Amino acid sequence: MASTREIRRRIRSVRNIAQVTKAMEAVAASRMRRAQQQVLATRPYAQKAQEVLSYIARLPSLEDQMDVLIRPREEIRRVGILLVTADRGLAGGFNANVIRTAARFIQEQREQGRQIEAVTVGRKGRDWLLRYDPIIRAEFTNLPDPPTTNDTAPITRVLVDDFSQGHFDEVYMIYTDFVNTLVQRPVVHKLLPIEPAEPSVAMAPDYIFEPSPQAVLSRVLYGFTEVQVLQALYESLASEHSARMVAMRNATEAADDLIADLTLTYNKARQEGITRELMDIVGGTTALE
Amino acid sequence: MGIQVEIVTPRRELFSGEVDMVTLPGVEGQMGVMRSHAPLLTILDIGEIVLHREGQEDEHVAVGGGVVEVRPDKVIVLAETAERAEEIDIQRAEAALERARKLLAERPPEERRPIELALRRSMVRLKVARHRRRRPAAAGMPRFREEEEEQE
Repeated sequence: MASTREIRRRIRSVRNIAQVTKAMEAVAASRMRRAQQQVLATRPYAQKAQEVLSYIARLPSLEDQMDVLIRPREEIRRVGILLVTADRGLAGGFNANVIRTAARFIQEQREQGRQIEAVTVGRKGRDWLLRYDPIIRAEFTNLPDPPTTNDTAPITRVLVDDFSQGHFDEVYMIYTDFVNTLVQRPVVHKLLPIEPAEPSVAMAPDYIFEPSPQAVLSRVLYGFTEVQVLQALYESLASEHSARMVAMRNATEAADDLIADLTLTYNKARQEGITRELMDIVGGTTALE
Repeated sequence: MGIQVEIVTPRRELFSGEVDMVTLPGVEGQMGVMRSHAPLLTILDIGEIVLHREGQEDEHVAVGGGVVEVRPDKVIVLAETAERAEEIDIQRAEAALERARKLLAERPPEERRPIELALRRSMVRLKVARHRRRRPAAAGMPRFREEEEEQE
């Protein structure tokens, strides 16, 4: 059995770890709350943009000159993905799960004979691609938490430009959807070309457009793409912080269990030492008599 | 009977409610919208939205561009950025204005466009901020901040 001093040292180190994981849990919890609120706050804009879009995308007057962002391509040869991961680890299976989803998607696309290139957000996804499959078109790391449209503008720009100039025929986002604190789901979501939803309300036939239908449509399409990217980042952030909070809570609990175990072992060892010493003393006195 | 107005930005829903008239900065000019307006879709310029309500003081909102859809009973404003007069940090806006003015003088003409836009946004912010209805939030109070206006 290990000496009592050794056990004491282990208890101390495990206790330190528990303190760190507990602090990380608290930090993740407060960031998670903020990120969740941000996810909710972004939804109205996305909904309203979708609503406006579903109207104008179906205008008969626009049929011949449909915007490039909304027109499906006949042949899909090159596919772009936006892979959203975290910059940091220690978040349970968060990064691994979304990366696994991406790997599967990349393989499926390749089996259909499509070329694939990636734009990454987050250090983990970038590092993984660099190591196993260097198909990176652009990479973004160290975005502020929470990001604003100023931070996502370059990401959207890259994707939209590559799509409209024909470098990509389709663009997908692969990120982690926030369901609730315990459940986060990696998802693949088509970003471009945009598929407008069916209009929910009957549309007035005679809209006035200023300056022109094309200009308004292209503005709405761009804004819609931008908010989708922003929302994916918010979902991913909320998921990351939740995953980290849960992982750290588990780690703290495991450390507490370990401390209890080690304390028991320590007490046993101490008891044994005392017994041994007593026996020695008793043995000594018996020998004297 | 008034008209329903919703102002949303990618970061939040800023306003949702009924007003008697709303003034919007369209790219083709300022326009006032009341109930039963003809259906209209237009691009918004950087400027000021004013919400008018009978018997109440007008509410002023600074917007940094966007799109607006007008239906007979409803106006949806999809703004890139939007701030109420009370939320605007005057010192920051003044500093941004100063910075933009300086950059505008230094940079070559082909780089001026984004700076000009920043300049106009700062000017609109300052103009809107003069319409505060209440006293500004006390110092140290958390305040919503739209996109940073850094143009370094």
